[in-house]
Amino acid sequence: MYGVTNLLLIAVILINFFTLGSSRLNSCIRAVAAQGALLALIPLAAHGLTFHTVVLGVGAFALKGVLIPWVLLRALRQMRLRRESGPLIGYIPTMVLGALITSAAFIFADFLPLRPEHRGGLFIPTSLATLFVGFLLLMTRRDAVSQVLGYLVLENGIFVFGTLLAEAMPLMVEAGVLLDLLVGVFIMGIVMDQIQREFSTLNTERLSALKG
Amino acid sequence: MIVTTLLRLVLLLAFAPLMLGVIARTKAAFAGRQGAPVLQPYWDLGRLWRKGIVVSRTTTWIFWAGPVVAVTVPVVASLLLPMGALAAPLSFEGDVILFVYLFALARFFTAAAALDTGSSFEGMGAAREVTFACLAEPTLLLGFVVLARLADGLTLNALLGAHLAAAWGSSGASLALIVVCLMVVLLVENARIPFDDPNTHLELTMIHEVMVLDHSGPLLGLIQYGAALKLMVLGAVIMRMVLPVDTGNLWLDAGIFLGGQFVLAVVIGTIESVMARLRLARVPQILVGTTLVAVFAVVLVLR
Repeated sequence: MYGVTNLLLIAVILINFFTLGSSRLNSCIRAVAAQGALLALIPLAAHGLTFHTVVLGVGAFALKGVLIPWVLLRALRQMRLRRESGPLIGYIPTMVLGALITSAAFIFADFLPLRPEHRGGLFIPTSLATLFVGFLLLMTRRDAVSQVLGYLVLENGIFVFGTLLAEAMPLMVEAGVLLDLLVGVFIMGIVMDQIQREFSTLNTERLSALKG
Repeated sequence: MIVTTLLRLVLLLAFAPLMLGVIARTKAAFAGRQGAPVLQPYWDLGRLWRKGIVVSRTTTWIFWAGPVVAVTVPVVASLLLPMGALAAPLSFEGDVILFVYLFALARFFTAAAALDTGSSFEGMGAAREVTFACLAEPTLLLGFVVLARLADGLTLNALLGAHLAAAWGSSGASLALIVVCLMVVLLVENARIPFDDPNTHLELTMIHEVMVLDHSGPLLGLIQYGAALKLMVLGAVIMRMVLPVDTGNLWLDAGIFLGGQFVLAVVIGTIESVMARLRLARVPQILVGTTLVAVFAVVLVLR
C-alpha cells in the first residue's frame, strides 16, 4: 500500500499545511510550485511509463512547476511585495481548519461508493483535502497573489482526482484543463496588475469599497 | 538485568554532557572556528560545582527544589524508556503517560523556582516556557498514539520495541512524520535554536535561559546537567525510532545507542547552525503546525 505514489500524496498534503501556515508569499509560491512538480510525478508513479502519462507529467511539470510560479514570482518582484496582508481569520485558525478539513476528507472518502481498486488508497482523500484547502486559501486571504495560489491549489486537487482516472480520460481533456489554468493565471496576473496600479496594494478588500 | 540497568545509568549520567560538547563542536565547525574541546561541558560543570551559591532573600525552598527536580526527573524518566535496545527496567501499562508528565513536573518546578525569585524578567520566561510546553505536549502524546497503534501494548518497552523495523515498511510515512514532529519537540523542550537560544542570557526573546538567571554555582550546574540528561532521554526516543536495531549483545547495543546519540547531536548542531532563531510570535504557529502534522500521522495510521 505504501508505495512511491502514497509518499508523493502525503507530501502534497504537507505542502497544503505549509501554504496555510506560511506568511511569506515567496515561500508560498515556491511551495505551490513544489506541489505542482510533485503532482507531475504522480501519473508516472501510479500508471507507469506510457505516452499518455509522460505527456501529462511533462506538461503539468512545465506549467505548474515552472511557468506559473515564474510568472507569479516575477509579478511579486515587480510589485515589491514580500509579506501578505494577513488572512481574515489568523494563521493558526486557518491551519486548524485545514487539518479538520483534511481529517474530514479522509473520513468522507471511506463512505464514497468507489470501485474496489480505488478503495483505501490515498488518492481520493488527498484530492478532496487539497481541493478544500484551495477553497480555504481563496476565502481567507485578502491579497490577490494568495488568492491565485488558492486557485492553483484547488486545481491541484482536481488534478489528483484526474490522475486516478488517467486511463479513462483522454489526453485532450487534461491538456485543455492545463491550458485553462494557464490562461486563468495570466488573466489574474493582468487583474493583479490593475489592482496594484489603482490602489498601490494587492489587498482585494479595497475592491469592495464604493469609492476609491 | 542489574548489569543492564547499571550500564544504562552509566551511559546516561556519564555521556549526557558529551552531547552538548558535540553540538558545540559541530556549531564551531560550521562557523569555521576550532571550538571548545568536546569535554568542555564537564569542565564547566566541575567549575560550577566548586563555586559558592548566592541566594536571594525572597526565595523559599522551592528555589532549591527546582534544580534538584530538574536532575532527578530525567534520571527517573530514563528508567521507563528503552535506551536503544537496552530494555527499560521499570515497565508497566501506561508508563507513557508518566513519562510525558514527569517532564511536565520538572517544568512546573523550574517555572515555580523562577517565579520564586520575584523577578519579573524570570516570570516572563516562565510564562513563555509554560506556553510553549503546553503547545508541544499534544505533539508528543500524538506521537506516542501513533506508536501505540503500531505496537501491541502500552508500555514504552512495547512502543519502542524491535517491531519498529518492520513498521517502517508498512507505515513509514506516519513514522517519518512523527520523527520530524518529535525532533521539533526535542528542540523546543531543550531550548535549542530555532525556538530558543541556549547561549544568550540577555535577550528579550529568550525563554528557557531567562528562568535560570538567579541560579548560581552548584545549582546552575545541576540545571545544566539536568538539561543535558533531558536532551539525551528525549533524544533516545527519536533515536530508537530511527534506529530500531536489536543485536542481542549488551555492549554492542550500548555502542549503537551512544553512536546514535552523537549522530543526533551532530544533527542538532547542524540545525542550529543553518537556521536563525524564529520570532517569538512564530513559535506557537510552528508548534500548532507540528501538532496538526501529528494529527495527520494519526489519521494515516488509523485507516
